[in-house]
Amino acid sequence: MKLQGLNSRGSVEQVMKEVKSQAGKTAGPGKQGGLNAEIQSRIGHQLRAMYDDVVRQGVPERFAELIRKLDVPKPDPQVGNAGDPEDGRS
Amino acid sequence: MPLTDSLRDDILASVPSLRAFAISLSGNGDRADDLVQETLLRALANIDSFQPGSNLPAWLFTILRNLFRSDYRKRRREVEDADGSYAKTLKTQPAQNAHLEFEEFRAALDKLPQDQREALILVGASGFSYEDAAAICGCAVGTIKSRVNRARSKLSALLYVEGAEDFGPDETVRAVIGGSGG
Repeated sequence: MKLQGLNSRGSVEQVMKEVKSQAGKTAGPGKQGGLNAEIQSRIGHQLRAMYDDVVRQGVPERFAELIRKLDVPKPDPQVGNAGDPEDGRS
Repeated sequence: MPLTDSLRDDILASVPSLRAFAISLSGNGDRADDLVQETLLRALANIDSFQPGSNLPAWLFTILRNLFRSDYRKRRREVEDADGSYAKTLKTQPAQNAHLEFEEFRAALDKLPQDQREALILVGASGFSYEDAAAICGCAVGTIKSRVNRARSKLSALLYVEGAEDFGPDETVRAVIGGSGG
């Protein structure tokens, strides 16, 4: 970005001052792509940090108990045979 | 498929990530755990419809996501009735145990549309493939990809760009530079 050669005119000088400060802002972290990649990796990192923080808490007892309790054994197939309606029909 | 010991263990092993998903979606720990509980009850009640060998976490996440959606619609009405007091709890809750950067991130995440937020979490944090995420959300793979992309750019705008107006003068700058024969 070459800005010299424009200082001769006062009004242009002022504009270029603004341009320079703006250019400094955008040029700072590098090209648009580089800046974007850096931001995206930070976002990914923050997202996983938030998520993994909860994952690391493991299984609260409340849920372990719930899954244990509801693990009712399946009814014995013999029970079904004993109550076979066909037996009582004849 | 019947509820075998190993299936029960697998469900148990999914609980930590189900909770993380629920908290990321709702931003509220208590509500998230209610969602997880409801998810587990539904899953266990419908365990016969689970296909052996298919993706158990994806199946559980689908249940949770659908519950959250229907719950969300219900709550929105409740919030209106409750004069915004529920929204207040949502804001203070995550702040209690977190530092500033986390709070800012959390707040930005909450500003995303729900479709984008869930897509980003599923792909970017839960580690699901685009295909699995699409199955969980009941939409096309391309839709998930574009939601994730939009979520990322919106987050970066919210977190790292100091006001959209900073990019406004860019065009002026370019015009001036271009006009000066550079």
